[in-house]
Amino acid sequence: MKQWIAFWSIVHKDIQAYYLKPPNISWGLIFPVAWTGMFFIKSGSGLESILTLLPGVIAISILFGTTSMLAVTVTFEKKNRSFERLLLAPIPLELLMLAKTGGAILFGVVNASVPIVLALFLTDLSQVAWLTVFFVAVLIAISSTFLGLFIAVSVSEVFEAQTFSNFFRFPMIFLCGLFFPIDSIPALLRPLSYLFPLTYGADILHGAIHGKNIMPLPLDFATITVFCMVLFYISLRNINRKWIV
Amino acid sequence: MVTQLQTTAPNHEQNVLIEVSELTKRFDNVTAVDRISFTVRQGELFGFLGPNGAGKTTTINILTGLARPDSGVIRIGNLNYSKNPKIVQHLMGIVPDESNLYPELSGFDNLCFCASLYGVSKSEGRTRARELLETFDLKEAADRKFAGYSKGMKRKLTIAAGIIHRPEILFLDEPTTGIDVASARQIRQLIAELHRAGTTILLTTHYIEEAERLCERIAFIVKGQIVRVDSVTNLLQPIQERKAMLISFLSGANNLCSKLVATFPDFEFQSISAEQVRVESANIINIGPLVRFIEDQGAEVTEARRLRPSLEEVFIRVTGIELNAMRREIEKGKGNL
Repeated sequence: MKQWIAFWSIVHKDIQAYYLKPPNISWGLIFPVAWTGMFFIKSGSGLESILTLLPGVIAISILFGTTSMLAVTVTFEKKNRSFERLLLAPIPLELLMLAKTGGAILFGVVNASVPIVLALFLTDLSQVAWLTVFFVAVLIAISSTFLGLFIAVSVSEVFEAQTFSNFFRFPMIFLCGLFFPIDSIPALLRPLSYLFPLTYGADILHGAIHGKNIMPLPLDFATITVFCMVLFYISLRNINRKWIV
Repeated sequence: MVTQLQTTAPNHEQNVLIEVSELTKRFDNVTAVDRISFTVRQGELFGFLGPNGAGKTTTINILTGLARPDSGVIRIGNLNYSKNPKIVQHLMGIVPDESNLYPELSGFDNLCFCASLYGVSKSEGRTRARELLETFDLKEAADRKFAGYSKGMKRKLTIAAGIIHRPEILFLDEPTTGIDVASARQIRQLIAELHRAGTTILLTTHYIEEAERLCERIAFIVKGQIVRVDSVTNLLQPIQERKAMLISFLSGANNLCSKLVATFPDFEFQSISAEQVRVESANIINIGPLVRFIEDQGAEVTEARRLRPSLEEVFIRVTGIELNAMRREIEKGKGNL
């Protein structure tokens, strides 16, 4: 019970101190809007293209939202030593890091809802499997957050975290089948696509929104779940190794 | 996870709460803590005294679970803490050497948050936070962001955060370093009050006077090794039996110290500066002949003062660290005693 008081308090504190700050709210709203507008206009194929673009925009909104925030909530706190306060609290490291990433996961899911709400005004989304979209949005948010955590633990400065994040994020835009089918990627680069969790999340989104997934959905769900667990485990191991010296 | 401490164990000194044996910590080729052993009794205010880089903070980090020892055993109560620090962390309050609260949160919110980390309920945490803000004279600043606090205020709030969950053991790492005289004095009073209330306190400092004033027992730590652990009374005893005086004069005599040594063989002389000589003896120092002799050498004596035996002197004798070196340490830390 006492550990859960600490857990919710960390989540609440992060939301209060970071996620509900005006710059982050505007980032959380403007960024997905900009992506949505950019792709819809650039595609030039009219409103009918929304369904094919929506999975990519949802995924990218979550990816950028979560990974950017973790650089602040973890790297910044590590640098000013307030993270030590959490490490010294009588709660297991696993629970502590789940609390620390909880706010970012929620932020990612909220980010995902922005392009969906926009699309609702522009096209008919009656055929969308909403429950699947919700679960995969949560899974993409978790995997992206844990990727952000992995990055945040690997660096010591906020700017390093942002730079290192881009090392993963930009290739993922092109390699994960968000806007171009994986089949159209050069054969040499194609194996790389399968090394990113977002590939599987995007595939589920394509399946749930316009029925065009390339892998079986159970395989996608299983793979992205495994990615989440592996990334979390590596991050915990790194914290144990690097921060509790 | 509620652990009750039993402080009496077979073969252990009664009421020993923290027992550290052969603790070692290396960073690459540097041995930061070198096979140190000590005990802290329940309710005791135990001091760790040493210059910067002596290994004080590393020891605190190991004891609180922020660092892992390379070898050695730590027992807190009857629990082997070395293996799993989490088992007793709820009993500890930690005040690090730098204030590390959340700059974005107000003083009040910071305290409530720290209380919740130890499982204190929201209502209890808020009550306790108000109580501590009052105690630490921070009530007016309760709603201000921590980032806007002065250094002294930050330090006080950090100490308040360390005791918000009423810990049984409080670790204070350099609590008065770098803050103004008034805040430092208030913090020392608060530490003394916590001690009187029965909290076991482990205090690290490089301010000798602070350790002497507050602590019951002190460990001198130099280059990662404990060179002496004893009560303040016992530490002071050897020098208390000796008499010491400081004679100040206006410069004018050459080789005064060597002339004094030759003339007064029963006394020990130490030249402090060109205008000060320290005299020490096991017997009563008759000041008259000394003053007359110095004035005969052409110097005008301005002051002759009896010196109170101090821990600083003991520290210098035991550790071999020069007085001036310690003073430089204090100046580096913006001395405030």
